[in-house]
Amino acid sequence: MTDSAETPVIRMEVARYRPGEDAEPVFQAYDVPLMDDWAVLDGLTHIKDRLDGSLSFRWSCRMGVCGSCGMTVNGEARLTCGTFLTEYAPGPVRIEPLKGFPVIRDLVVDIDDFLAKLSSVRPWLVREGEEPPLTAEYAQTPEQLEAYKQYSMCINCLLCYSACPVYVLDPDFLGPAAIALAQRYNLDSRDMDDRFDVLNLEDAVWGCTFVGECTKVCPKHVDPAEAIQRYKVSAALRSVLPWSRR
Amino acid sequence: MTPRRRTPEPYLWLLFTGGGVVAALVLPVVVLLFGVLMPLGVVDWPDAAHLRALAGHGLVRIALAVVVVLCLFHAAHRLRFTSEELLGIGRFDRLIAVVCYGGALAGSIVAVRMMTYMS
Amino acid sequence: MTREMTGGMTGDTRADAYRPRRDRLWFTRSRGYTVFVLRELTSVFVAWSIVFLLMLVDAVLGGSLPEFAALAARPWMIALNVVALAATVFHAVTFLNLAPKATVVRLDGRRVPAWMIQGGNHTAWALVSLLIAYVVLRS
Repeated sequence: MTDSAETPVIRMEVARYRPGEDAEPVFQAYDVPLMDDWAVLDGLTHIKDRLDGSLSFRWSCRMGVCGSCGMTVNGEARLTCGTFLTEYAPGPVRIEPLKGFPVIRDLVVDIDDFLAKLSSVRPWLVREGEEPPLTAEYAQTPEQLEAYKQYSMCINCLLCYSACPVYVLDPDFLGPAAIALAQRYNLDSRDMDDRFDVLNLEDAVWGCTFVGECTKVCPKHVDPAEAIQRYKVSAALRSVLPWSRR
Repeated sequence: MTPRRRTPEPYLWLLFTGGGVVAALVLPVVVLLFGVLMPLGVVDWPDAAHLRALAGHGLVRIALAVVVVLCLFHAAHRLRFTSEELLGIGRFDRLIAVVCYGGALAGSIVAVRMMTYMS
Repeated sequence: MTREMTGGMTGDTRADAYRPRRDRLWFTRSRGYTVFVLRELTSVFVAWSIVFLLMLVDAVLGGSLPEFAALAARPWMIALNVVALAATVFHAVTFLNLAPKATVVRLDGRRVPAWMIQGGNHTAWALVSLLIAYVVLRS
């Protein structure tokens, strides 16, 4: 960054939406240094620090764990901390907010809808009957851990919602991450619920048409598409065999 | 427990899935033989009497009826969702569902009548 | 999962938020979307193949097989059926390949890998096709 005459630059076209000022998002172009070790998020940080302090975007951990820096990069839902600028050289590269969500400002989207959906699937261990004392352990075998571990890797980054045409067309759809997280608990040997009442609905698993894009964009390899198809099988079997549970 | 809303979706999905499997296993070879190879003369049309004996066999008739019914419901289910997604008309889901599954049901009745009449 | 939930916050909580309009051409925006739509549209040709099969059965039972053969040999009919063949093959490949996503089979505590289930599906496809061809063509 010190020797700007030597460093190549890449043009970042960033969607700006300032409520009250812009009727709809407009693109603003910034030239940022094209460094080998810069992620798209580093480019945005450079803009905010050096070029235009009014730019708004979310980020936190910069290491693919917090799930807050998801954006649309050249039309694709990506974690901007894990996407390198060199991938788009010589540019330009377009940065837009995640598709499918209302835009609060610039690259910041409103995720309240997802948070309400997530809590609706009871994403915690549901137990019935007598609780063991707090000091008791719930021992699990490696196989029992393996049964749900993959689905527990979700970081709620919402790339899967943004990539899902069903959700983008119809925001009532419960969506990939919420269903995968419901399955994370359904498949846990310590859980006693099957969340049939919230998953066996037209706007829940039956709204999915298995586009499969959620799985493709997931940075944590959760495979929400698989979680949904597996629940369809369980729910269908439970519907034809009413006495069977799970 | 909250009261459970009854939904027909699991049953429709089972028909869709069953139809998808049957369509995958059966249709390509049927279209290849009767729709492409025989009309092009690559393979000779079988003897009419042979096909008639085949179609008269009880097991073949049951198999044909199953194939037709499942494949039609498979197609109806996909057409329902695809039309809604392509055209953005999900708010008319009820009407579209009636048209799609109704069409499949009508085709199924035609097929079952055809298979149960003795020729 | 320690995030604090605030219930009932859906809907128009922010009046000045920008809500994008529906993208009418969404299925052209990525290769994945286009392949998905093509996969779903194979259902049109599944339906046509069934109509064609019923016409064949009707001709066989009604003794009008020569007329049916003449119809099937018309160039536009052959063209239609070539497309139907491509569509049903595409349907078969995609449908049989996606099956392991919905079915988790465990043997000896381990999950059976996807390629084994897919291999089994494609073997079944080949066997059924051969059986049908044999039954139809044997004289």
